[in-house]
Amino acid sequence: MSSPEYCLSGHPTLPCNVLKFKSTTIMLDCGLDMTSTLNFLPLPLVQSPRLSNLPGWSLKDGNAFLDKTELIDLSTVDVILISNYHCMMALPYITEHTGFSGTVYATEPTVQIGRLLMEELVNFIERVPKAQSASLWKNKDIQRLLPSPLKDAVEVSTWRRCYTMQEVNSALSKIQLVGYSQKIELFGAVQVTPLSSGYALGSSNWIIQSHYEKVSYVSGSSLLTTHPQPMDQASLKNSDVLILTGLTQIPTANPDGMVGEFCSNLALTVRNGGNVLVPCYPSGVIYDLLECLYQYIDSAGLSNIPFYFISPVANSSLEFSQIFAEWLCHNKQTKVYLPEPPFPHAELIQTNKLKHYPSLHGDFSSDFRQPCVVFTGHPSLRFGDVVHFMELWGKSSLNTVIFTEPDFSYLEALAPYQPLAMKCIYCPIDTRLNFIQVSKLLKEVQPLHVVCPEQYTQPPPAQSHRMDLMIDCQPPAMSYRRAEVLALPFKRRYEKIEIMPELADALVPMEIKPGISLATVSAVLHTKDNKHVLQPPPRPAQPTGGKKRKRASEDIPDCKVLKPLLSGSIPVEQFVQTLEKHGFSDIKVEDTAKGHIVLLQEAETLIQIEEDSTHIICDNDEMLRVRLRDLVLKFLQKF
Amino acid sequence: MDPECSQLLPALCAVLADPRQPMADDTCLEKLLDWFKTITEAGSSLLLLQGNPCLVELLCHMLKPQDLSSRVLAFSLRLAGVLAAQEDCFQYLQQGELLPKLFGEAGPLGGAAWTSPTVRSGWIQGLRSLAQHPSALHFLADCGAVDTIFSLQEDSSLFVASAAGQLLVHILGLSMPGPAGGPPSLQAGDWPACAQKIVGHIEESLRATATPQITQALNVLTTTFGHCHDPWTQVLWVRLSPLVAGLLEKDPVPAAHSLVDLLLSVARSPGLSSSSCGLWETLARTLSHLSPTQAGPLALGILKLQDCPQALRAQAFAVLLQPLACVLKATAQDPGPSGVLDGIVGDSMTADMLLPSKAACVGLLCRTLAHLELLLPLPQRPCPWPQAPLLGAAVTLLQLCGGSARPTSDAGRHLCGLLLGCVRVQRAALDFLGTLSEGTGPRELVTQVFAVLLEYLRSPDSSPTVLKKAFQATFRWLLSSPKTPGCWDLDPHALLFLRDLLPVLQKRLCSPCWEVRDSGLEFLTQMTRHWGGQAGFRHALLASEVPKLTEQLLRDPESYVRASAVTAMGQLSSQGLCVPAAGPEHPGGQQSLLAELLHILSTDSEGFPRRAVMQVFTQWLRDSHADVAGDTEQFVAGVLQVASQDLDWEVRAQGLELALVFLEQTLGQPRSHCPCAVTPAVAAPVGPLAQALQPLCRVRLFEFAFRALFDCDRPVAQKSCDLLLFLRAKTASSGSLQESRSSPHVASVEAALQRWQAGDQAQPLGDLEPEVVLAVLRSLDLEGLQGALAESSDHVEKSPQSLLQDMLATVGVLGGNEADCY
Repeated sequence: MSSPEYCLSGHPTLPCNVLKFKSTTIMLDCGLDMTSTLNFLPLPLVQSPRLSNLPGWSLKDGNAFLDKTELIDLSTVDVILISNYHCMMALPYITEHTGFSGTVYATEPTVQIGRLLMEELVNFIERVPKAQSASLWKNKDIQRLLPSPLKDAVEVSTWRRCYTMQEVNSALSKIQLVGYSQKIELFGAVQVTPLSSGYALGSSNWIIQSHYEKVSYVSGSSLLTTHPQPMDQASLKNSDVLILTGLTQIPTANPDGMVGEFCSNLALTVRNGGNVLVPCYPSGVIYDLLECLYQYIDSAGLSNIPFYFISPVANSSLEFSQIFAEWLCHNKQTKVYLPEPPFPHAELIQTNKLKHYPSLHGDFSSDFRQPCVVFTGHPSLRFGDVVHFMELWGKSSLNTVIFTEPDFSYLEALAPYQPLAMKCIYCPIDTRLNFIQVSKLLKEVQPLHVVCPEQYTQPPPAQSHRMDLMIDCQPPAMSYRRAEVLALPFKRRYEKIEIMPELADALVPMEIKPGISLATVSAVLHTKDNKHVLQPPPRPAQPTGGKKRKRASEDIPDCKVLKPLLSGSIPVEQFVQTLEKHGFSDIKVEDTAKGHIVLLQEAETLIQIEEDSTHIICDNDEMLRVRLRDLVLKFLQKF
Repeated sequence: MDPECSQLLPALCAVLADPRQPMADDTCLEKLLDWFKTITEAGSSLLLLQGNPCLVELLCHMLKPQDLSSRVLAFSLRLAGVLAAQEDCFQYLQQGELLPKLFGEAGPLGGAAWTSPTVRSGWIQGLRSLAQHPSALHFLADCGAVDTIFSLQEDSSLFVASAAGQLLVHILGLSMPGPAGGPPSLQAGDWPACAQKIVGHIEESLRATATPQITQALNVLTTTFGHCHDPWTQVLWVRLSPLVAGLLEKDPVPAAHSLVDLLLSVARSPGLSSSSCGLWETLARTLSHLSPTQAGPLALGILKLQDCPQALRAQAFAVLLQPLACVLKATAQDPGPSGVLDGIVGDSMTADMLLPSKAACVGLLCRTLAHLELLLPLPQRPCPWPQAPLLGAAVTLLQLCGGSARPTSDAGRHLCGLLLGCVRVQRAALDFLGTLSEGTGPRELVTQVFAVLLEYLRSPDSSPTVLKKAFQATFRWLLSSPKTPGCWDLDPHALLFLRDLLPVLQKRLCSPCWEVRDSGLEFLTQMTRHWGGQAGFRHALLASEVPKLTEQLLRDPESYVRASAVTAMGQLSSQGLCVPAAGPEHPGGQQSLLAELLHILSTDSEGFPRRAVMQVFTQWLRDSHADVAGDTEQFVAGVLQVASQDLDWEVRAQGLELALVFLEQTLGQPRSHCPCAVTPAVAAPVGPLAQALQPLCRVRLFEFAFRALFDCDRPVAQKSCDLLLFLRAKTASSGSLQESRSSPHVASVEAALQRWQAGDQAQPLGDLEPEVVLAVLRSLDLEGLQGALAESSDHVEKSPQSLLQDMLATVGVLGGNEADCY
């Protein structure tokens, strides 16, 4: 029985894989690769004549996303396991309008923050008026004529419009909440367990196991000490297969150095009277950044500089982070008992240093004071309030935009805003595992096989000399690429079978070696819901009538005396001696690959002795065969 | 010994001999022994013993079977040794058979006390003191001590084992004829028995298979050749060198580290003529037999030798350069036109030797860089010095560690993997690179140097210590950049570099890590000190935001950073590089810096920024800085007033330094001025002395100095004393001031000073007239005070008498403590 794995996403950090394991179909994450949005123009909050008149760029229909291929029928997916809120953004595309009828499993913070991210996305897209919608360009003949990046984009026909809030709600309603280390039975065949992965609030790795096989799915994990609960490594041990995805996207950037760089550049800009724009997601690294700034602003003399956090979900995000105490690192958990809010951004808000707004409109415009620091989305710079700030501040060299999210190429993100006078700083902060940490993890966990995206098995194309920027393990990792099906290297040899107590009672074990007892058993194997049970055989039908019947029932093979089972091995030399004692002469022994052949040349008989079988081959001399058989049996144990 | 001590001694000896009286503090015993050593060095031990029979009684007491503390036992053994160092006293103690009993089998050697390492150590040290004369040698031979010492070389206590080795060296030296004894014979039979025995033991150890034994023998020899340069040492070497050379036959070479020490010790010994006894050949063979890690120290040692064959030097240098040559080879670089590194790495010797493990590779590279760094400034450094390849290697190493190298070979990629982000190698390479700045290099290499330095200064991953070193190396390279004759400004390349550097510095000054901000400021101060007057530098600096950021760092939360910012701002201001601060809080630009620094001096909670302010002020006064020169008296008066109330003694001491500068200027010893200072406001005095002292009185310098004279911190009082003595000498030479000793004002000042000395400094002195000051100065016993201050603070308590009293007091023998028991 093979366990194929289907890879539906080409983006190693936004994975979407389907694992067929013991007759269950499990989708592992459903990340949404939004890099295709970079092919579109920003969606301005106010119609921008500059943007609509850019040569070489054309304003197309709202937004589009890359969807899954037709590799697998989504309605056959039994469960979806979500590892963190970034990896569930495609959920509505999968659960809605596909016939999907399974269950989605995720932790509570994942669901709540994932909802915020989706809500923000929908809000960003829906609030800008769409003048017209075009889809004709997706026709391959027309696409050929488009300018460069669009011309080369693959499978544009599968690009979809953004989902609606209704679809989001419907998708989220299919999620069942789980807690770390909770064991969830799937159809009796498989047990899945989420483990803390240390990357984000509620982020998890998953263990998928049967009685004799264990698959670990590691996606988006971090060994750094940030706000979430630390990664649970110990439970990943003894895996047959470890699927490794979601490593850091910027393996050469050390998050600590980047945070320092972020703070330095922020302070430098603000001290010179400039504004700082930080395009970011409304949850995740922003919590850590705010915490660093909390410690840094006083020392940098920035106490009077306002920090604005603008997102439709800003308020919920800041508040949610404070209530998920059990999902936080130990340090933050203990604060709750003091009682103190676990994150210091509460204090920033209280002291009016950090202010949050749902959008540019309303209160923000009256409170707005410069110089300031603005955190807002979307990191692609294609939609959201960030578009407005880019237009507003892009012309002055005093201002700085600092990119901290690693998901988008900052140069591509900036392209439609060129020429740009404002300074651009790239400080990608990605706390996910780097290759050094991976090699330590693999040494610690020692899986039999590692399966990972193709990208991780070779150095990045731009740094082909960096042999350290790839997974180095023994045996070499098995790699997959988008739209590939991979057979996982299981050697499945055993199934667990239960024995009913009354049947077990009836067994009479016999010790054949010290410590090893054997018993024969006759039973009926009953299989249901992937559970196997040995039940007592049905009693032979009770004799109901005359003698004739009784006699007949004596003849049925069931009631035959069972032949004893044999065990042990035959020592060839002694066997030959015994044969000689019993009058056989002219005995010749030949060694074979599997054992020995004893030739009785005179009798033209051949005894083939192998590890698990012995054959006596003679021509129609039953007497001889029985004699020889009895001699052979003398060397074996019977029970 | 003075009679008071003699009186106390019997009681003390009784206490020491009494096992029921534990001696809690063994530093007392050390002090006591030191005292006995001083007495015996100054006079006759025999007389000491005869005058104080309790000492012999104490030693005899040690022989009785009892439960004595190991510390007292060890003390007694050492005391016996100290006393027996003089031959007549030795004989005296021998009469009572005391010494054999103490040091022989009958003594602690055979008893349970021997299990204590303290006692074993005391035994060795006792013998070490004792072994000073021929009689002692006989004694050692008779009591079989040498065999015991041999066994103690393997003692479980490292201190005991090491002391045993040194004692062997000492005995060997004592038993061999001195320099006057004529050339000794090579024949072992002619040597004294004791020497024969020791040398025999060494030979046997050198032939042993166990490394510890070989190590001991090598260590004994190393010490011997290091300390004794008599002719016999050459004979000893000639005899032992075949055995030592034999060690090289083994694979791996045992005790390589000790072997290197020995060979270098022999090579350095003036008693040996190296050429005659095959030393150079042995050294050459050793160099080629040892692993690169082991051979490094030997190669460095050889290169440091004054007279050494050129071929050997070349071989040693090649060994030293090998790891760097491997790095260059692994990264497929040209080993340089000079060809010095060329050919060092043969086909068999590839980068593989660097690669076995990260730890080995990093260790070897760091040691190599450190060795080369040591070698570079020496006059005997190899010539020609391969400056260019070494520069190339340092740059390559830094690129490998920083991840900017693009090696094409497998070895290079592997090396890159090992070194990436390695802080140790980064630090070592930056130090080395800085040292290399003293030489020149080809233009394109220097460009690479600046590029890699900039890369490090820019990189967000550079650790604070690495950054600091990068700043230091950058400064050294800027210093060494070629200068146009007659112009001190930076050359055009350096100025271009500066244009890239300043934005980096700006960012570093905003770093969240205080160490980084601090080293950035230090770097800025250094640069400003050197090029602050040069147009190119000034222009670049003023065009940047660095001066403004520096000013903001005066309010940094970290005190070290504030201190560095104060120093930097002081320097910038001296050079006229301060940008007038904008904003309502700082009206008036330049003037506000003085106010700001005064504010720091009077309010900063940490000492470092306040000390830095005082240093800046002193420098400003010296340089007649424009802000200060405007109204010097008001400035000095204000500063002294704040400084006198400071709780940090260094601030007060620095205040005295500032007072001295003012005093010198007032009395007419103007110092040299900085280039942009205005004309000094204080000219040499023309009027009579009283008139000259008037400004000092007006700034209340004397009140400050007198207060400091009785400061509870000795350095402040000393400095004040020096200042007043200087002033008195100055005034005495000019003389002719009216004596006003008898005036009532003088009396009241003197009375006030007496109260100050007694600790009550509440009362101010009020306005002082020059005459009164001079009178008070004369009446003060400044010399006496200086003498008292020069004594260490415990000079009263340090007498032997007080030591003895203390020891007795701790066990309650002295005084009325016994009464407390009832």
